[in-house]
Amino acid sequence: MDFSKELDARGLNCPLPILRTKKALAEMTSGDILKVIATDPGSVKDMQAFAKQTGNELVNSAEAGGEYTFFMKKK
Amino acid sequence: METKKLAIIATKGTLDWAYPPFILASTAAALGYEVQIFFTFYGLQLVRKDVSGLKVSPLGNPGMPMKMPFGPKWFKGINWNIPNAVQSLVPGYENVATSLMKMTIANNGVATIPELRSLCQEADVKFIACQMTVELFGFEHSDFIDGMEYGGAATFFEFAGESDICLFI
Repeated sequence: MDFSKELDARGLNCPLPILRTKKALAEMTSGDILKVIATDPGSVKDMQAFAKQTGNELVNSAEAGGEYTFFMKKK
Repeated sequence: METKKLAIIATKGTLDWAYPPFILASTAAALGYEVQIFFTFYGLQLVRKDVSGLKVSPLGNPGMPMKMPFGPKWFKGINWNIPNAVQSLVPGYENVATSLMKMTIANNGVATIPELRSLCQEADVKFIACQMTVELFGFEHSDFIDGMEYGGAATFFEFAGESDICLFI
């Protein structure tokens, strides 16, 4: 999937992946896609909750080998 | 949509209890909430310039797992059941427990308190210190980080009364 920015949140624990995602999105323009890679298993539910509450769209998410990848489209 | 509001009262001054107010406040701010934290009594320790003195005490806290943050996996898995009587008598026991907890925090990629605190401030979380307890404990305004406001219970209720979520920690 195409994305305009990548955020490496591996090794970070709650709430840092969410806070860094928020910060990264703030520097992007509407419609841009942010790719986030995390290792915190809690980030799966948290990213969904973040998207729901902020109006940004979680277009895709996947897990492979203990790493979680999210594609978030800026509102 | 009107901005949601979160009001928190932070009353505890130990390293473990420093986390909930700052984690919830920074996350709520990231979700678009307007957030205020009212620091009172021992909670004032969390907004001092120097928080390196924050400690954790396993004494009288049976809920705290006592595990070592280093060594092989089998060693890390041991829960050290140390009786309260021993904990209370060994000098420096809290210091040892505190440095072990700091090591565990770093190993797990959990943010430090100064880090979370500045993330809150960057996200415009408002910090209010209870002026009455500042005086009660003999603190000066210069003991606290920049950006603090000082007020009393009425100041807290001005915001809390309109809040969607209000927590006492």
